[in-house]
Amino acid sequence: MSVIKKLATSVALAGAMFGTPAFAQEEVRIALVVKALGIGFFEAANEGAQEAAAELGNVEIIYTGPTDTTAEGQIEVINALIAQQVDAIAISSNDTDALVPVLNRAMQRGITVISWDSGVAPEGRQLHLNPSSNPLIGNMIIKLAADHLPDGGEVALLSATTTSTNQNIWMEEMNAVMGDYPGIEVVATVYGDDLADKSYREATGLMQSYPDLDAIIAPTSVGIVAAAQAVVDAGKVGQVNVTGLGLPSEMAGAIESGASQSFAIWNPIDLGYSATMLAYELSQNGAEAAPGAEIPMGRMGTLTLDENNEGAMADPFVYDASNIDDFKSIF
Amino acid sequence: MMRFIPVREAILGSVTLILIILVASRFAGFVAPSNLANVFNDTAPLIILALGQMVVILTRCIDLSVAANLALTGMAAAMINVAMPGLPIPVIIAIAVLMGGIMGAINGVLVWKLSIPPIVVTLGTMTIFRGIIFLISDGKWVNSHEMSAAFTGFPRAVLLGLPVLSWVAIMTVIVFGIVMSRTQFGRSIFAVGGNPHAAVYTGINVGKTQFWAFVVSGALAGLTGYLWVARYAVAYVDIAGGFELEVVAACVIGGISIAGGIGSVGGAVLGAIFLGVVKNALPVVNISPFWQLAISGSAILIAVAFNARSGRTKGRIILKSAEATQ
Repeated sequence: MSVIKKLATSVALAGAMFGTPAFAQEEVRIALVVKALGIGFFEAANEGAQEAAAELGNVEIIYTGPTDTTAEGQIEVINALIAQQVDAIAISSNDTDALVPVLNRAMQRGITVISWDSGVAPEGRQLHLNPSSNPLIGNMIIKLAADHLPDGGEVALLSATTTSTNQNIWMEEMNAVMGDYPGIEVVATVYGDDLADKSYREATGLMQSYPDLDAIIAPTSVGIVAAAQAVVDAGKVGQVNVTGLGLPSEMAGAIESGASQSFAIWNPIDLGYSATMLAYELSQNGAEAAPGAEIPMGRMGTLTLDENNEGAMADPFVYDASNIDDFKSIF
Repeated sequence: MMRFIPVREAILGSVTLILIILVASRFAGFVAPSNLANVFNDTAPLIILALGQMVVILTRCIDLSVAANLALTGMAAAMINVAMPGLPIPVIIAIAVLMGGIMGAINGVLVWKLSIPPIVVTLGTMTIFRGIIFLISDGKWVNSHEMSAAFTGFPRAVLLGLPVLSWVAIMTVIVFGIVMSRTQFGRSIFAVGGNPHAAVYTGINVGKTQFWAFVVSGALAGLTGYLWVARYAVAYVDIAGGFELEVVAACVIGGISIAGGIGSVGGAVLGAIFLGVVKNALPVVNISPFWQLAISGSAILIAVAFNARSGRTKGRIILKSAEATQ
């Protein structure tokens, strides 16, 4: 009898020992991995993630990323997160394919993996949250330029790096709808590598190579600021309109100087918020990421997944002289 | 021995000229005086940094922290400007040079007093400086509309047909031309790199000379930090990311021996101009961006291979003549 009793006690004790940490570890740890630290856009996304964490109550956000925009840096960060046994990883990737093996390893260890903003190949994540749908953005960037060119004209693209996943998709989608904008001709595509000096130089080169250039479309926040500065320095304000995707706080000067008539961006705060909500749903509430699934993301509604397990958050929003002052202090 | 240096510079100068002519054959506007002035202006930061790096490399050290130093002083200058828009620009420049010099001195002290290899020291401080930018800025950008007009206007102000940025580079070249050839400091830099043991016997403190080389390089990086941020009208953690390698490349292309002791102001300037022409020419000649990287990379390799070869031949000649005299 006493042996059985002893056994029972020790089982109970063991249960208690295993049980207690489980109760103490109620805090759900969601890692928000960004392309690189110190980029305003991602800082704002972190703000949104913190907002979602506050709303959910038991979530701790680990905001992290490499200090430069490389896939190698992100792999190191993810390895560290796997070692810390976080509950979920939400990543904006620097490379579509390079991160797949390490993210697979994370998923094998029971970590929920989603990508947002800049995606990972489908086999490396459970779902991907697009800030907006790619066709909408592709159409938006050319529309922004065309709206100010009623008689048509020459436009050029200033992108980030040649391998940037999202910029390449947007430019592809843009080319697909070029038929809707007769008279608008894309004369060149150059790459500023998301470096201020190289983007500036490339923009200057564009204005030299194409003296009749009417607009520079830069679907990247570093490029658009550098291009606007290059236009101001070349004395071509009013002749060359810089547009594309940028942040209100960084573009306020360009709108003021007239180098940019208008530009668009989705709200990064909403994006970080939605990514956190989705990671939480998948990791804690048993939501299943499958084609056609509808996953709730708090105040942003629901995300409907397509056949690649991708979904779009919202339409991009246009900023110009009329509303820039309201937004420039927000993000 | 002195005969070989002008030859090397002449070759580099003509290669650059041939490059400019080749580019002009595809895009005539490139050789317009106004455009060449733009190219020079765009290359000015690289020239200034290359001269600082030259001094360091001549003493058998290397400074990998210049770009991070530039970014940190640039960010500090921008933040000071935002906090105190009325502060005169000369004061900001003085602060930038001083800050850069202090960061250089940190490198110098670690190399001099703790005898840590310079590549390790500057690799460490490079990362630390970038980290500090993140800490002081909280990861946020300083944008053009936050900076004062005088702050962003200074490097662009045109003086005798050239922007101030270009004049700063020209002044730096002149000052270094004199310092390296006519002063005790300049000569001791060559002595320390050429033969440290002999330098000690002539009464030169090797460590102290290396320390001052780092201070000079740091101060120039600080000066460039302000100019860079004002020119591109934006300051953030990543500005001039990877630029330190371009600075080293400019020196190596300019014939400054990575083993120390051999090199000239003219070489460093020509090396920087060569890279500047390549960088500015590629966007206007309509070469696929996928090829641009390969082309600038090959240009560096060819130039370095050439310099390495001419360096070797020279060594042999010295040994032979030394044997012959015995």
